[in-house]
Amino acid sequence: MADRIADPWGERTPYGPGEPWPVRVDLHLADGLSEHEVDRWARSASILHSNGDAMDIAVKDGRIAGVRGHAADRVNRGRLDPKDLYGWQANNSRDRLTRPLVREGGRLVETDWDTAMNRIVDRSRQLLGSPGGWGRFGFYTSGQLFLEEYYTLGVLGKAGIGTPHMDGNTRLCTATAAAALKASFGTDGQPGSYADVDHCDAIALWGHNVAETQTVLWMRMLDRRHGTDPPAMLAVDPRPTPVAREADVHLAVRAGTNLALVNGLLRQIIRNGWYDEEYVTAHTTGFDELCRIVDGYPPDRVAGICDVRAADVERAAELLGTSRRLLSTVLQGFYQSNQATASACAVNNLHLVRGMLGRPGAGVLQMNGQPSAQNTRETGADGDLPGMRNWDNPQHIQELAELWNVDPAVIPHWSPPTHAMQIWRYAEQGSIELLWISATNPAVSLPDLARIRRILTQPELFVVAQDLYLTETAELADVVLPAATWGEKTGTFTNADRTVHLSEQAVDPPGAARSDLDVFLDYARRMDFRDRDGGPLIGWAGPEEAFEAWKRCSAGRPCDYTGLTYAKLREGSGIPWPCTDDAPDGTERLYGDGRFNTDPDYCETYGQDLSTGAEFTAAQYRAKEPAGRAFLHAADYQPSSEVPSDDYPMLLTTGRTVHQFHTRTKTGRAPELNAAAPDVWVEIHPDDAARHGVTDGDRVTITSPRGGIRVRARTTGIRPGVVFVPFHYGYFDLPGDRRTPRAANELTATAWDPVSRQPIFKITAVRLEKEH
Amino acid sequence: MHLAHYLGLLHRSQVNLADAFRQVAVAHHGEPDVAILCRRQAQVCDRHAELLHPFAERYAEEATDEPDRLHAELFRGTRTGGIGLLRDLHDLYLMAAECDICWTLVGQAARGARDEKLIEVVARCDEETAVQMQWLRTRMKQAAPQALVVAR
Repeated sequence: MADRIADPWGERTPYGPGEPWPVRVDLHLADGLSEHEVDRWARSASILHSNGDAMDIAVKDGRIAGVRGHAADRVNRGRLDPKDLYGWQANNSRDRLTRPLVREGGRLVETDWDTAMNRIVDRSRQLLGSPGGWGRFGFYTSGQLFLEEYYTLGVLGKAGIGTPHMDGNTRLCTATAAAALKASFGTDGQPGSYADVDHCDAIALWGHNVAETQTVLWMRMLDRRHGTDPPAMLAVDPRPTPVAREADVHLAVRAGTNLALVNGLLRQIIRNGWYDEEYVTAHTTGFDELCRIVDGYPPDRVAGICDVRAADVERAAELLGTSRRLLSTVLQGFYQSNQATASACAVNNLHLVRGMLGRPGAGVLQMNGQPSAQNTRETGADGDLPGMRNWDNPQHIQELAELWNVDPAVIPHWSPPTHAMQIWRYAEQGSIELLWISATNPAVSLPDLARIRRILTQPELFVVAQDLYLTETAELADVVLPAATWGEKTGTFTNADRTVHLSEQAVDPPGAARSDLDVFLDYARRMDFRDRDGGPLIGWAGPEEAFEAWKRCSAGRPCDYTGLTYAKLREGSGIPWPCTDDAPDGTERLYGDGRFNTDPDYCETYGQDLSTGAEFTAAQYRAKEPAGRAFLHAADYQPSSEVPSDDYPMLLTTGRTVHQFHTRTKTGRAPELNAAAPDVWVEIHPDDAARHGVTDGDRVTITSPRGGIRVRARTTGIRPGVVFVPFHYGYFDLPGDRRTPRAANELTATAWDPVSRQPIFKITAVRLEKEH
Repeated sequence: MHLAHYLGLLHRSQVNLADAFRQVAVAHHGEPDVAILCRRQAQVCDRHAELLHPFAERYAEEATDEPDRLHAELFRGTRTGGIGLLRDLHDLYLMAAECDICWTLVGQAARGARDEKLIEVVARCDEETAVQMQWLRTRMKQAAPQALVVAR
């Protein structure tokens, strides 16, 4: 096998349009271990990105000893991301948490589960004891737990405590995907399939550095590019990413101008008659308004706003407009930037006007960042209601109340569930007094870290952290609960193209660590949450029972799991939802019939104004008479609120590197991955570097109004005026006296998209200085 | 012809609302969504006032002399904290409502005066004022339970 650190994508297996993607099985085992010496293999999928690559976990002498890609799976056909090949070693890391910790006299000390859980329960009871007690709880979860865990958390939060203050760090990675899908198509649910790569004749990547974020999907695209009749490729990204280098047309737009670009492309497509009039008439609403708005974006104006060449805008429009099977993928370059939801909707518009949805090769993939982000959106552990229900539709609330056998008034539905940034604000102001953080590390991943640390250390705020290690966040908690992780517990999770995988327990968790599901169930038991008849609110005791309970909640909704069982997921491999009696093998693509989920009784939202997030009412929505048609949402470009100034003349954008995931809790503990990308850096254009007297490897200070970091410079072909810093690097692996500020989020601002409420990580005004 | 009085009232209301949006943006900088959107909406109000200005001047020439009793003062400075935010957004809402009904009445008058240009301006602007009100209502609805029931 190729050296997958040096070559993250491995060898090419070229194929042509409509052909099956060839199998290539990737394998990595502990030193000296061969395949036939492995004791047993446990079925699973990747937990270190959102692609959902199926794999088998090798077990030797009761320990995880490697991984092998699953050849039969629809997602990866045996391939694995380098993070998966090496990342499993983090399970065996010697610094795993093995006992609960509680804060005593300012220090965290080891204790037993009873003591730790009783502290949480005592505090919870105290808070619930007075009116408005529900509002004193905040739950901040993850994109890395399993479906069963999220659903359990969702039920205990919404029907046990009755709080709307629950969200995931998925707010940082996938909120705009969900918001744009709801806005355009009526509900969440990925329209396309990874298999569209096999059939398309053009691929457009919108702010999506897929080569580093979902390497196996990129392998699939590269294999098409190396085969017969390769698809054309368009990349929109200010950085010279591997995707941008491969693309036929690369638009390195000025940060924050995505909407102007896509509006301009739409104008060209409509003016040149490259749109599908029949499809538009039959399946969409809003075309006239769309034409009116995008007409204001001729190529010259777009070139001026976005700082690209007008001729390249025209070339890109032709590439998109003349393709017969167009696949688009969208990610953080759009989701974490200015006018995020409006821009992601504009990509949906492109596919709607071209009729490029629901058939092989013609699809949209509004991507996720994290492995189980999709499940937080389905189960209501983020700012959504379980089963993609509409918080403003009383009938949907009634359905949940009947399912859980509780009074509908207990389920908070007076406004949308509270988004993450607002939860942190309530904690800052003191009205949230208990913040329960599971499987995420906000002390490195949220914007403006000095503020986040200040909030976490407020004496009145009781912080619970549930994690594998003593993360930067757990260090500041009042109670730390040691969690079992992937390979140590059983459950399901769903990737960005709706494929559900079962992940089996391969080994025991270390010490007293428990699965997140067991922790939530234990809390519900100790809190004695009851239904309307006095029975236990949560009637399940293990993952498979939780899955069966979830299936009932999903019935009849877009994410219908009723045709799935653990047994069925063990038989073959991943299956894309909806999976029902009518579609027992799952569903490859949504909306093949051009009928969308916009019926007022079925939709997940009555819609929002894209510029302010103002919620429309049921009556306003009904007046639009969607009748199963998709919405073409048009919006004008507005400059970002954060712009360079004399004091902060450059723009910072943040993102990932291929060898690390999130805050490196796992990848930083896998020797090969850590060695490949051990420390933070800043990418800078050679002209900017020269102006600052900086050469490769020099130490520089980057400053914003929030703080400063010290990093080494690396010159690249990035847009002049823009610098890039990967967001993975925090402080856990540095001793206290060597913790020089280096986390990208020391610099970023607390600001978010008005509709998706996704933070804007891609536009921060900064100043750069060489250190002497 | 009394249209000038209403145009004057609307113009002043837009100027006052722009100013109030800016004050709230500064006072509640700890709520970035409020601060950013209030600054944006202040610009929207500025533009409304600019668009109205030529009509106010033109109709003023035809106006009968009458004392101005239409000017209402709603906003008297910002407050702090969760409930302070609610009260400030509430004031903004009432000020926007004042603009909203003025747009309706000026629009009616414009039809009576058969002033196509004014009708066009009203059609464009009253929609933006409606969005402002709907946003303020959304934001207040979200904040109210926490501010009024939960906060100690």
